[in-house]
Amino acid sequence: MSRNAKINTLLLLVVAALAVLPLALGLGDHKEEPFTGADAEAETAITELRPDYEPWFSPLYEPPSGEIESALFALQAALGAGVLAYYFGLRRGRRQGAARAGADGADATTGTADGKGGSGGGSAGEPGA
Amino acid sequence: MHIAEGYLPPVHAAAWGVASAPFVVHGVRALTREVRSNPESTLLLGAAGAFTFVLSALKLPSVTGSCSHPTGTGLGAILFRPPIMAVLGTITLLFQALLLAHGGLTTLGANVFSMAIVGPWAGYGAYVLLRRFGAPLMVAVFFGAFVADLSTYCVTSVQLALAFPDPGSGIPGALAKFGGIFAVTQIPLAVSEGLLTVLVMRLLTQSSKGDLIRLGVLAGRTSERREEATAR
Repeated sequence: MSRNAKINTLLLLVVAALAVLPLALGLGDHKEEPFTGADAEAETAITELRPDYEPWFSPLYEPPSGEIESALFALQAALGAGVLAYYFGLRRGRRQGAARAGADGADATTGTADGKGGSGGGSAGEPGA
Repeated sequence: MHIAEGYLPPVHAAAWGVASAPFVVHGVRALTREVRSNPESTLLLGAAGAFTFVLSALKLPSVTGSCSHPTGTGLGAILFRPPIMAVLGTITLLFQALLLAHGGLTTLGANVFSMAIVGPWAGYGAYVLLRRFGAPLMVAVFFGAFVADLSTYCVTSVQLALAFPDPGSGIPGALAKFGGIFAVTQIPLAVSEGLLTVLVMRLLTQSSKGDLIRLGVLAGRTSERREEATAR
């Protein structure tokens, strides 16, 4: 594993640890309902401060169950992760194409298929690649 | 975690909407300009928006025994400057308000103000300041994302405290209460967001050096950068 990959893995591990520690240390144990959303807690706080307050508008669409809601949240995360993965995959492919075209150019040979890939990489405007 | 639907009195909801609107309109114009003058940045714009989408869908447990989620707005603010992030953040908030009953349409103005305006500007400010004082890129990126995340929820606390002052101790008392719920919960999540933003920025420095130089994140070809700065 390169030093770069090691640092990236370490970053991910620290994030995972930060997420797991509150659960592992039982930091929600003092609560009746541990690990509820902060927005739900704020709603409770509002009712404490102003017992007469009634929300004057309700969501146009509400997921009918916790399962549907988690499905929609998963969809949101999947959409985001998909676009990010597409971006980095495309970049990597273009870089490799440009590198290959560069190698072909150095050979000063015919290589038409690779040359095509290279022109695509070149239009990406990556002089560093 | 955003202010839930109907949980801001109508006057407050309207006021935050009015306060947010010019930033979003300005952001839309900045976004169109960016896409028109640099069509190749569309992909990276999509990636920055996607980052916000992922991070604000991740509800994570925190030290307070409750859950909240990061915002992911720091990355886009550093790459494309805060006005563009006002648009991308608003799209994310709209998605959550319409489909997930998370946040809301009446509280959209207030939530846009905290997550899509103050967060990106505060994070961008921290980033620029640290860079000016010679901090390494990744240190500045970490604190930029950290500040963007945390300031968002500080603003949320202030918004709720203004709307619901404590009967005994007034606005400061309510601020302490909402701050305890939102801001304290957010601290470890802001650290996570900082680390994830550093991770993505590290990947970008490998994959998209050209874009980062053009956007002024990485040094190089200074003359071109100056041209762009004057064009803005």
